[in-house]
Amino acid sequence: MAVEYVVFFVCAVIVVLGGLGVIMSRNPVHSALSLVATLFAIAVLFLNLGAQLLAAVQVIVYTGAIVVLILFVMMLLGVDTDDDLETEPIVGQRLLAGIVGLVVLGSVLAVLIIGGTDAVTGARSVTQSIAADGYENINQLGRQLFTTYVFALEITAGLLTIAVVGAVVLSRRAKDVQPIPEPESMTDQGDEPVIGSEPARSVDEGGH
Amino acid sequence: MDNLELAYLALGAFLFALGGVGLLVRRNPLVMIMCVELMLNAVNLTFVTFGKMLDDISGQVIVFFVLVVAAAEVVVGLALVVAMARRRPGADADDLRLLRG
Repeated sequence: MAVEYVVFFVCAVIVVLGGLGVIMSRNPVHSALSLVATLFAIAVLFLNLGAQLLAAVQVIVYTGAIVVLILFVMMLLGVDTDDDLETEPIVGQRLLAGIVGLVVLGSVLAVLIIGGTDAVTGARSVTQSIAADGYENINQLGRQLFTTYVFALEITAGLLTIAVVGAVVLSRRAKDVQPIPEPESMTDQGDEPVIGSEPARSVDEGGH
Repeated sequence: MDNLELAYLALGAFLFALGGVGLLVRRNPLVMIMCVELMLNAVNLTFVTFGKMLDDISGQVIVFFVLVVAAAEVVVGLALVVAMARRRPGADADDLRLLRG
């Protein structure tokens, strides 16, 4: 019991400091590294809560794939220069953002303080009790994913496909820096009847 | 034990608010994406805690779907950043208007 408290407090400190590091670092690379610390501490918290599979997935997917992808894009674009955090682009932006954050935090904390554990209402063990009948965590999650939630699982497969197609379309290299031009008609690309000196051009293009 | 679970919920709320403030304050689109990740992780932590408090495995199953949505969001967001930075290097959030077709 005491171990759970110690693990929670250590990881909570790492989560909070990492989160502050994400939003307060001048350099985006430092933000990404702070994000790694936060996500890793959350993975440990998942372990502390008894979600072993989610802890592994958190490390593999988030810190292993998503943050690396963000860092890869940073290096690709060369945007690892310091941001200017001194000037405030919109007057009062930070004050208003801080107020919004405090309102969100305060309202949730108020619910927790006033309601206590009664704040979380709902029927217990509707889908399946955790560790029911000697199921392991991963075994239980897999069964639920492919029985109760199988339709949602199929939908997420479609979502991932759409995301991949969208990413390819969005990051396609345009011919110039202007908005992507209309596709040219085929007759402008050498499929027109050969007349005059036109063949010489195509030979030159094919030569190199 | 119950106090510890409430502490998890409070930590999730704090992380959510922190990510929201960062999303509102920062101008760099990459940092904004990272702040969205913070918010999604705060919700994940809350879901797992709810699942434990209600003794239901669904809290952990939903985190899987949040993970998939987060991955899709990052992929599309980074593609937008790449498309924007190609038109103007060092672009910030205001330059997203460059992408208007």
